[in-house]
Amino acid sequence: MTTTTLSLEDVLTRYEPVLGLEVHVELGTRTKMFCGCPTTFGAEPNTQVCPVCLGLPGSLPVANRAAVEATIRIGLALNCQIATWCRFARKNYFYPDMPKNYQISQYDEPLCFDGWLDVEVEPGRTVRVGIERVHLEEDTGKTQHIGGATGRIHGATESLVDYNRAGIPLVEIVTKPITGTGALAPAVARAYVTTLRDVIRALGVSDVRMEQGSLRCDVNTSLHPVGATEWGTRTETKNVNSLRSVERAVRSEILRQAAVLDAGGQVIQETRHFHENTGETSPGRSKETATDYRYFPEPDLVPLAPDPAWVEKLRAELPEMPAVRRRRLAAAWKLSDADMQAIVNAGALDLIEATVAAGAAPEAARKWWLGELSRVANEQGVELSELPVTPTHVAELQTLVDSGRLNDRLARVVLEGVLAGEGTPEQVMAARGLEVVSDLGALEAAVDEAIAANADAAEKVRGGKVAAAGVLVGAVMKATRGQADAKKVRELILRKLGVEG
Amino acid sequence: MTDLTTMSAAELGRLIAAGEVSAVEVTQAHLDRIAAVDSAVHAFLYVDAEGALEQARAVDAARAAGQAPASPLAGVPVAVKDVIVTKGIPTTCASKILEGWRPPYDATIVERMRAAGLVMLGKTNMDEFAMGSSTEYSAFGPTYNPWDLSRIPGGSGGGSAAALAAREAPLAIGTDTGGSIRQPAAVTGTVGAKPTYGGVSRYGLVAFSSSLDQAGPCARTVLDAALLHEVIAGYDERDSTSIPQPVPPVVEAARRGAEGDLSGVRIGLVREFSPEGAEPGVVAALQTSVETLAKLGAEIVEVSCPHFSYALPAYYLIAPSECSSNLARFDGVRYGLRVGETPDSTLEEVMAATRDAGFGPEVKRRIILGTYALSAGYYDQFYGQAQKVRTLITRDFQAAFEQVDVLVSATTPFVAFPLGSRTADPYQMYLADLYTIPANLYGGPAISVPCGLSDGLPVGLQVMAPTMADDRMYRIAAALESTQEPLLSSQVPTLEGKTR
Repeated sequence: MTTTTLSLEDVLTRYEPVLGLEVHVELGTRTKMFCGCPTTFGAEPNTQVCPVCLGLPGSLPVANRAAVEATIRIGLALNCQIATWCRFARKNYFYPDMPKNYQISQYDEPLCFDGWLDVEVEPGRTVRVGIERVHLEEDTGKTQHIGGATGRIHGATESLVDYNRAGIPLVEIVTKPITGTGALAPAVARAYVTTLRDVIRALGVSDVRMEQGSLRCDVNTSLHPVGATEWGTRTETKNVNSLRSVERAVRSEILRQAAVLDAGGQVIQETRHFHENTGETSPGRSKETATDYRYFPEPDLVPLAPDPAWVEKLRAELPEMPAVRRRRLAAAWKLSDADMQAIVNAGALDLIEATVAAGAAPEAARKWWLGELSRVANEQGVELSELPVTPTHVAELQTLVDSGRLNDRLARVVLEGVLAGEGTPEQVMAARGLEVVSDLGALEAAVDEAIAANADAAEKVRGGKVAAAGVLVGAVMKATRGQADAKKVRELILRKLGVEG
Repeated sequence: MTDLTTMSAAELGRLIAAGEVSAVEVTQAHLDRIAAVDSAVHAFLYVDAEGALEQARAVDAARAAGQAPASPLAGVPVAVKDVIVTKGIPTTCASKILEGWRPPYDATIVERMRAAGLVMLGKTNMDEFAMGSSTEYSAFGPTYNPWDLSRIPGGSGGGSAAALAAREAPLAIGTDTGGSIRQPAAVTGTVGAKPTYGGVSRYGLVAFSSSLDQAGPCARTVLDAALLHEVIAGYDERDSTSIPQPVPPVVEAARRGAEGDLSGVRIGLVREFSPEGAEPGVVAALQTSVETLAKLGAEIVEVSCPHFSYALPAYYLIAPSECSSNLARFDGVRYGLRVGETPDSTLEEVMAATRDAGFGPEVKRRIILGTYALSAGYYDQFYGQAQKVRTLITRDFQAAFEQVDVLVSATTPFVAFPLGSRTADPYQMYLADLYTIPANLYGGPAISVPCGLSDGLPVGLQVMAPTMADDRMYRIAAALESTQEPLLSSQVPTLEGKTR
């Protein structure tokens, strides 16, 4: 079935996809969900643990108020209702990365429910994605299987468990079924996760880094014939670890299921794993034999009953949502949707806004970050925000250009110096002796020398061949080591040779 | 001087504070007593003689340095049920699955007892994971009732109760999920109190049924129980279900009760606790006690709690359900027993083999019951329904406490029964907790106090009070106690040199 040559557009004239996304977000709280252990990423294995997050006999959980607050803020940003009373629940299953062999989660009483998120799939095309629920739970530990070919438990000779991650607060955000997207389904899935990530980042409750696992996504996909009233059997695709993978996973699963259905087969309800290298999914455990989780209310924790006044306060204090901010800045900077999209895609919005705030004109700020700096970031394979240059540097650089102390070429040289860690633009200028020569006397002397040294060219210019002036300009620029304003040099030359440009 | 092992904890604390006896002498006397009689009683699973003497020396040193006693019980020994975690000291819950485990931390109540200067003698025997009513389900052999070594000492806290009756300790800690403090107290002629749920921190109490478990004091007198209650109770931020309110004035109430005046107190008798299921000697002792309470000035009123008859079935759904989840962590991966490891064995096989070898029959029975009751499709019918019954029982209590200050009953329908007589039929064993379970489902406090003998064996009276009114039950219990000959000083047979 991997040899299918079906095209998505063709398939989706015959089948209608239904998507559902479950996104897990690790909150960036200072301490874990139910104990006081730190949550720093990347610490030595099993150093950030205590009796509670190790699930030692006798230990008890106590809910982290900051995590509850963060979850409510996510719920509010996703236009959800906030429960006035709800409970944690135990999800029971045996797995060695779960210290208690149950996970404290929420079941039929989520903290936030029934919301929506508007997602711009392409300029001018917005899809409203319904939010079923937002709930709070604890993360599990991490298991590492050694000795097997696949890194999976099957065939492994040894398994190691790191409980540092066990008990880190995890928010699960579940969409309502997403229907009616047709061929846009993969793009909608990607745009949803992207928008959700931006919202959560704007709230400042998580660093939402998919590559570090602080944002994880499971994608449910089903297909039914166009016009059918009953939905098809769904599969759940796990291990989708980048925004690009979200789109690819949906595409690949739609094509796979279509091939199965075209051949008269039946889609099996199962968990599938996405593979970054092939862009395809492979079967995991079958849901038919899945564990009965035996949920019941967590008796070790008192119910959560957020004070409505507190919830309203949190609502009032929500930051500006990313989509609103983009519209506002696009208007202020007089940018088209496409220009704004390019800025967002480059991860330059915050940087440009800060650069404008530091005094640069929006157009100049945009030019630096999307031009020269994007090129350097690309070359080095890093994010723009990781470059050793600040918005203040860029604004300062532009001020130097505007005042005529630097020309474009010198400014780029100065920027190189800043990127090399030589200091602020002013410091680089001073250290490297870079500045436009503005002393008219010195410039006139250089022009005179150039005319004397290039008599042929000068003669041509006098004779009306103005284009020949380029040779003279080049000679002056060479003599001044590029530190002259080329435009001004040209004017001087023409005036001296009695030709008015 | 009188034998130190016959004195009350209050007296011992007073003598130590006055310098008339040292904490080391008191501790040594009890260690000697344990050495002399515990081979017959088997109240202890672990005796920490070195640790105990060290703590006693610290109390004596503090006194020598002129410091005021850390509490009225400073220097007084205490025995701790083995379901409470103790740092560095084996904690097994009387189960093979935890054999050899030394916890890296102390339970909150252990920290509080250490801070109060109490001396921990060791860990006491119990039914495995506190599931049972006779201590016969200990994986390390039963405890024997000091009154008659052929009989059970009650359970699950039979070790703590027997240690008191055998004068191996003046104080003990128990835990009570369905009666595990009160029923052993009743059948050993001692005092045992289950505080209000949330009144004493559960942090460090190895959970059997989280919504029902409550640690509490065991002693030979009501005042001693109140003194220990005051040490261990109070809000703990590490237990989310802990109540952030001041501890009720239990010591004051016990002292006031001992004055023997109950005028103005209204006492309720629960109509639904019919005498039919109880032994005649128990019914008679209850009747005499009620008459005594009336003589002390209390008004006796019959009240109806119509849903109490559903308490036992509701309990045997809720407790096993929670236990099936709470005990899931014992899987051989991180601590305790691990068996069945071969080069070919899978993780599931090792977990299953470990649990099969590590858990005893009653624990397995309840895990299976609870797993079934929580299964998809059965939840509403079993666990959900039992929770509704629990709400109705709570309302029965609330309605009753609008009419009366406390409720009284027999603690258990029968006196200590012979070992082996009820293990074949779990239901016969479960009946031992018929009268104690309602208070756990409601969450209110309840105490058992000796109220006479039936055929030479002790009978207990249970006093139940509204939540956070623990002081009331101490007052009534102390009043009744003030009218009785102390049972233990005269009646318990000599145990030295006895074998079973």
